[in-house]
Amino acid sequence: MNYKKYDLIVIGGGPAGMAAAAGASSSGVKDILILERMPGLGGILNQCIHLGFGLEYFKKEMTGTEYAARYKKIVYDKDIEVKTSCLVHKITPEKNVSFVSRDGEFTVSAKNIIMATGCRERTREMLTVPGTRPSGIFTAGLAQEMVNIYGLMPGHEVVIVGSGDIGLIMARRMTLEGAKVHFVLEILDHLSGLIRNKVQCLDDFKIPLYLEHELMEITGKNRVEAIRYRDNKTGREKVISCDTVLFSVGLIPEQDLLIDSGITTGNGIFLTGNADYVHDLVDNVTKEAEKLGRSIN
Amino acid sequence: MIDIIIIGGGIVGASMAYELAKYQLNVTLLEKETELSFGVSKSNSGIIHTGFQDDYNSLKGRLAVRGNFLYREISRLLDFPFIPTGELVVAFPGEKESIEEIKENGDRLGIPGIEIVDGEWLNKNEPMLSKEIEYALLGPTAAVINPWEVIYAMAENAISNGVKIYCDNEVHSIAKINNFWRVKTYQAEYESRYVINAAGLSADKISFMAGIKCPIIIPYKGEEFILDRHADRLTKRIVFPVPKKHTKGILIIPTVDGNTMIGPTSNEVTDKEDITTTKKHKDEVLKAAQKLAPSINEDLLIASFAGLRPTTREGDFYIKEEQNGFINIVGIKSPGLTAAPAIAEYVVNILAENTTLPKKKKYNPKRKSMPRFRLLNTKERNTLIKKDTDFGEVICRCELVTKGEIKEAIRRGARTLDGIKFRTRSQMGRCHGAFCTSKIMAIMSEELEIPFDKITKRGQGSELIKRNEL
Repeated sequence: MNYKKYDLIVIGGGPAGMAAAAGASSSGVKDILILERMPGLGGILNQCIHLGFGLEYFKKEMTGTEYAARYKKIVYDKDIEVKTSCLVHKITPEKNVSFVSRDGEFTVSAKNIIMATGCRERTREMLTVPGTRPSGIFTAGLAQEMVNIYGLMPGHEVVIVGSGDIGLIMARRMTLEGAKVHFVLEILDHLSGLIRNKVQCLDDFKIPLYLEHELMEITGKNRVEAIRYRDNKTGREKVISCDTVLFSVGLIPEQDLLIDSGITTGNGIFLTGNADYVHDLVDNVTKEAEKLGRSIN
Repeated sequence: MIDIIIIGGGIVGASMAYELAKYQLNVTLLEKETELSFGVSKSNSGIIHTGFQDDYNSLKGRLAVRGNFLYREISRLLDFPFIPTGELVVAFPGEKESIEEIKENGDRLGIPGIEIVDGEWLNKNEPMLSKEIEYALLGPTAAVINPWEVIYAMAENAISNGVKIYCDNEVHSIAKINNFWRVKTYQAEYESRYVINAAGLSADKISFMAGIKCPIIIPYKGEEFILDRHADRLTKRIVFPVPKKHTKGILIIPTVDGNTMIGPTSNEVTDKEDITTTKKHKDEVLKAAQKLAPSINEDLLIASFAGLRPTTREGDFYIKEEQNGFINIVGIKSPGLTAAPAIAEYVVNILAENTTLPKKKKYNPKRKSMPRFRLLNTKERNTLIKKDTDFGEVICRCELVTKGEIKEAIRRGARTLDGIKFRTRSQMGRCHGAFCTSKIMAIMSEELEIPFDKITKRGQGSELIKRNEL
């Protein structure tokens, strides 16, 4: 396979990548390539089957999957080259991009690179939560993938740690699938996610949110059996038995391709979407990435 | 009739299987966990010691020095990484005498290349170390390995030479019947001329089952913490403080895979299953590691784990043919990993005292490592992908592990997510499996022909999901 030099390579085909490519295309940039690691475009939107997307951008409330479908059409109508099932693992300051696919490993080069690589979830390990390391501990996003993409039920008795949006969404999702979600623990004195998600996902299902509460320990040899948590206002500790702990304790922009190569942005290398900073709404991701795309020449 | 049953599939059992596979013997290894290395060995620090910290008069000191030597050849034959980092025992003001004593002990053990280096040398060669360190004892023969990788390599070689290995096979009774041993597990029954007890934390229990007294195992817990790979290799060498009575102290360990590990703690516990980590010990490890290298901070921690050392009050390794073909290998704590190949050699010598041990005529001395996509160059990667396109599908992006490697790990015996993790490094990176767990489960389900709800983290009871449908 032979590659020409592209005007723009967009790494990541989620909402930010699609919008950046579409924006660039509409401002006349010709040779654009989107490299996406999954078999299709859409990124994490594909597992967001809940409502709450598109009100600002499409002026219509829709699910994440619908939002992705609508934006995919925009990309494909623009005749932008898309390569899916391609994992970019290296970029260089000379703007060479290496990726692995079932066809082989290739390096292509570009005048501009937009990193639209999204973000990843912070995990239990990063918090170094004391206790054991049994099964039944998931990030909220992994549990969401298991339920919404694979149709699997990760647990029955659930505690959610952290009041990030994915955790709130999963509190409702797990409840709707028959799990008992005991409560959401938040170490801060305020909600991390959107208020509307608290109302629609916790309040409507009578799931308590415990502010200023800290997870102290996870117990259970093979499977989670219980957690110990502390009310930091009173210092009182309690134990509750559960078989599943979901973590929604923050998102980290995925900039490791840059960090690993010792590259900073500038000089034709850009970050957009959640890879730049974590956004609350996908609509804003789309708008910002489109704007960035239009500024490329 | 089986000639030899090995009880325990940790580093000692695997070394035994690997060594005995060279002889015309019918050997069977029984492991109670779902995969090999899931006991004491998996949470080992992975250090191949020089041996100078163990008394020249002790069995463990002599076997550690010999084991260190043997690993060089074994790592070449069995194709696993053996990184000769070297080690330093550092002396803060007032501690020079201690390292001089260790050097003297090392000299008596005949350990090559050891020398005392000064602050200037340290400044130049290990600039991240504390400037308060005045001297250090340098042991160039120390190295790091991945303990589980060595176990899988030895087991694969042993299997290719006819050794039978059965996991999920916990022994519950051992009896001497006439001139053989009857070993019953919850799954099956075996008869054997010899039993080798390499049961780690349960070694005392196994010995008592056979009606044989041996030292009691006291678990000593060690908690360790791994730093992100973004944190450049802090030190090139393994760095020890001056050792204390029961432990070599809290160290800085450059791992095979490029991370830095700090730990372990050392605390006597009562429960042989207590592998909890604690805030208190995290703080203890951080403080001790910061004393060695001040730039270490809490933000660099990406993972923690704990393991148990099978310690005895007597302290030294207890390796002995007890009676009628029952061989105890008890109390193999540090430097057990280092000594393991030498322990196996030592036990074979015990066996050879009473029986002739002809070597196999057709023996396969080698084993080929799993393909490691991440470590290959573009040309090698493309050759692999051409042969099997599964090597072009990246499943774990943090560690660049492909579907081809996951499938190969399963072909080599991985049955659990942890087994796949140890063999491939998938789930070990920054996202801790958040992005790849479902994908790996889908591959396991297909390859092993099991539903998702039968997939476990590390054996029965640790199933990942509760139901196969919503």
